[in-house]
Amino acid sequence: MSEIDLTPIKSAIESYIPLGRSGLLPALHAVQKIYDWLPEEVAAEVARSLRVPLADVHGVIEFYSLYYNQQVGKNFIRVCTDPVCALKGADGLLSRLCKQYDVEPGQTTEDLSLTIEQSPCLGLCEQAPAALVDDDAQTNITPDFHSYDLGIPRSLVYGSIRELTANCGQGTTTLAKYGEYAAYKKALIMTPEAVVAEVDKASGLVGRGGAAFPTGIKWSGAAKAQSDLKYIVCNADESEPGTFKDRILLLDDPHRTIEGMCIAAYAIGASKGYIYVRGEYPYIVPALENALTEARGAGYLGGHFDIEIRVGAGAYICGEETALFESIEGKRGFPRVKPPFPTTNGLFDKPTVINNVETLCNVPLIISIGSAEYRKIGTEISPGPKLFCVSGDVVKPGLYEIPFGVTLRELLKMAGGPSTSLRKDRKSLKAVLFGGAAGAFATSEHLDVKLTFEDLRAAGLPLGSGVVMVFDETRDIRDVLKRLGKFFAHESCGKCYPCQMGTQRQMEILNRVASGNVIEHDFVRLQDVGWTMTEASLCGLGQTAASAVLSAMKLWPEIFTEGYIFNEPEIKAKKKLTPTSALKK
Amino acid sequence: MTINFTMDGQEITIEQGKTLLEVAREMGKDIPTICFHEATTANALCRICVVEVEGQRVLQPACIVQAGAGMKVQTRSEKVIRARRTILEMLASTIDLSEAPEIQKMMDEYGASSSRFPDAERRESDVKDDNPMYVRDYSKCLLCWRCVQVCAEDAQYTFAINFDGRGFDTQIGTFLDKAIPETSCVLCGQCVAVCPTGALKPKREFLLEQGKTPDEISVMNTGRKRRKEAR
Repeated sequence: MSEIDLTPIKSAIESYIPLGRSGLLPALHAVQKIYDWLPEEVAAEVARSLRVPLADVHGVIEFYSLYYNQQVGKNFIRVCTDPVCALKGADGLLSRLCKQYDVEPGQTTEDLSLTIEQSPCLGLCEQAPAALVDDDAQTNITPDFHSYDLGIPRSLVYGSIRELTANCGQGTTTLAKYGEYAAYKKALIMTPEAVVAEVDKASGLVGRGGAAFPTGIKWSGAAKAQSDLKYIVCNADESEPGTFKDRILLLDDPHRTIEGMCIAAYAIGASKGYIYVRGEYPYIVPALENALTEARGAGYLGGHFDIEIRVGAGAYICGEETALFESIEGKRGFPRVKPPFPTTNGLFDKPTVINNVETLCNVPLIISIGSAEYRKIGTEISPGPKLFCVSGDVVKPGLYEIPFGVTLRELLKMAGGPSTSLRKDRKSLKAVLFGGAAGAFATSEHLDVKLTFEDLRAAGLPLGSGVVMVFDETRDIRDVLKRLGKFFAHESCGKCYPCQMGTQRQMEILNRVASGNVIEHDFVRLQDVGWTMTEASLCGLGQTAASAVLSAMKLWPEIFTEGYIFNEPEIKAKKKLTPTSALKK
Repeated sequence: MTINFTMDGQEITIEQGKTLLEVAREMGKDIPTICFHEATTANALCRICVVEVEGQRVLQPACIVQAGAGMKVQTRSEKVIRARRTILEMLASTIDLSEAPEIQKMMDEYGASSSRFPDAERRESDVKDDNPMYVRDYSKCLLCWRCVQVCAEDAQYTFAINFDGRGFDTQIGTFLDKAIPETSCVLCGQCVAVCPTGALKPKREFLLEQGKTPDEISVMNTGRKRRKEAR
C-alpha cells in the first residue's frame, strides 16, 4: 500500500482546501478520479488538507454510494434495475453482463478493469433499459447487448404545449440561442418585493419537486430574513424512480434554470447560488459549467451573484432539502429536524431558498409574460404548465409538457396508450404509479381524473414529481413492490428509527409477498410498519416510503396474501388498537 | 411570557420556551425516550417520544417540539401507542436488548412483542475488545448517536468515532474500522457513560461478567497502568 503516489492530490484538491469541510465531497470526487477508489492514505491526505477529522471523512465515504473505500475497477457499469428498467428486461441484462465478465453484481473483475453494479433509478426511464457506463448514459439496450445508445442521453419531449421545454429536444441550448436574460432584465427594473409578489400569490407557483410547497412563501420568508449572506439553491438531485425531467431541463436548456436562479437571488437578496446535481448525471456537468461560463461572460453572473455546481455522490435522501444542505456542507446526508426552516436557517445556517429545477424554470416565464398571462395556463388552483415523466408500458415514453387540467386518459393517449415495448399489440392498463416510488397507484378507474393538485388530492393520488409509470395488464405488481421496497431500504439514511428499520422490514415482507412465501400476519405487519413510517418518520423520505405499498394494499389486498392459507383472513383479523396495560393509570 | 395549551385534555399555563417533553415531565406524565439525553443535543431520531398534536399532519417528537399557545396535545392516543409499539417491536427484532432494561420495560408497557418480526435480519457484530478501557458490542447498539455526539461537539471534540454504512446497515465505527488505540480516542469514557444499552461497557465490568475476579483483573494489565501507556 505504501507505494501509492500521493503527489497528484495536492493540485487536484487545491481549489477545495479554502472551502474546508464544505469542500469534502468535491475533493473526494477529484481524488477518486485519480485513484479509482479512496485508499486509506488518500482519504487521510484529504482529511488533513481540509482539516476534517478522519472518522468524519470515513462517515462521509461510507454514506454515499458512489465513494469506495475498497479497490474497484478502472471502469464501471451501473445497470438500473428499478421498476421501469425491470419491465424492459434489466435483470436479464445484468445477469448476462455479469456472466460475460465472470463476476457477481457488485464485484470487480480480477484484472481490476471493470466493476459491475446494479443501480437505483438512473433517471433514464424513457429510454429503458439503461445503464451508466463510467460517465456515459447507455440507453435502449437490446437484450443481447448488441445495440444501444451511448453518450449523452437523448431528450424525448412531447406534449400539448412547449413553455418550459421550448428549447428542449435539440441538444444543449447555448446562450446565443437562448438569447438575453429578458425576464431577469425585466425583474431588475422591478423592486425585489414586486418580484416576490409576482411569483407568490399572483402566479400561484408551487414547488415541482414533489412536496408542492408554495414557492412564494419560501421567497418572501427568505427575503424578510435579516442576514449578511443568503443563498439560493437549485435542487437538481433528481432521484425519484421514474423522474427524468430535471435531467432534460438542465441538459437542454441550462440558461432557463440559471436565469430563474438569478431572478430568485435578486428577489431575496442572495449573493451565492448552488446547483446540486445528482451524481448519476455526470454528463450534465460540462454543459452546465459551460452555461455558467457563458452567463458570467454576459455579466448575468459575477461579483454580485454567482453559482457553484455541486455533484452528489449517490444518495436519494440528498433530494430532501436539509439533507442536501448537509451534503453541500461536506457531511453525511442526514435530514435535519424542522423547524428551523431553510428560509431562516438553511445552508450554512443562513437564510436559503431551495427550489427544484422545474420550479425555477417557471420563474422566467412568470416574469416575462406576467402572472396574469401565466395563470391562463392550467387551472385556478393549479396554474401553469406541468412536466410529466411518462414511462413504462406506453408506446411513446418521454417528457410531456401539458397545462394542469389535462386528464390522465388524455395524457396516456398522447403517449400512445398502454402497450408492451416488445410487441405493439394493445394491452389494457393495469396500473399507473403516480409520483414515483414515494407515490401511489392509480387504476383505469382514475383515467378521467384531471391532472391538477386539487383533483389528484381528491382522488387520493400524489402528483409528486410528475411521474406517470405505466404498467399493462400482464405485469406483476408484486415485482414492482419488491423493487420499491429494495429502493427505500437502500436509500434510507438510517437516522430515525421508523424509517431505518421500517424500510428494512418492509423490504423483507415485500420479498416474501413477491416470492409467494408470506407468513401468518404479514398483511397486518406490513400495514403497521408502513403506517408507523408514514406517521412517525423524521423526514419526507420515511413519511412516503410506504405510500405506494399502502395504496397497493388497498387496491389489491389479495396479492399480499397469496401463497398463505388462512384460518381467518388476516384483513379481517385487523382489530382496532386497544390501549395496553400501561394505560391503566 | 406565559402561554396556555392543552395536554391530554388538561389546560396548562406555562412559561414559553419549554418542550412538550419538559412540560410532560414536570406534570409527572410519562413520555418514553430513547435517544434523548440531557447532556446531548436532541436529534429527535428514535421517535419513541412522538405525541399527537392537533392540526399536525404527522406525529411530533416531544423532545424538540416546543409547547405553543393553543396547542392540543395527546401523549397517549391510539396513534401514539401504535407508533411506539411498532418502533419497539422493530428494535427488538434488530438488536440485542438484553442489557437495556428501560427499553424492556417500555415493551411490557406498550404490549410490544419481541417476536413480532420473524425471519428479520438483525444487526449483528463481533465484540470489539481492542483497548484497556472499554469494549464495544454493536449487536446491542440502537444508534441513539449519543456516543458520537459526546465524542464530537457535545463534549469532547475528539472525533474518534462516526458512522459506517447507512440505513439499516448503519453502525458506529472508527476510520476504516481501526482499533481504538489507533484513533484519536483519549479514553475519556464519556461515550460509555451515555450508552443506554450496554453496547459500550467498561472493560472491568466486562471482565467481571466473564467470571474474572478483581484480583485477576488487576494483574491483567488493564486499568490504570495501561491507561497511562495509552496516553
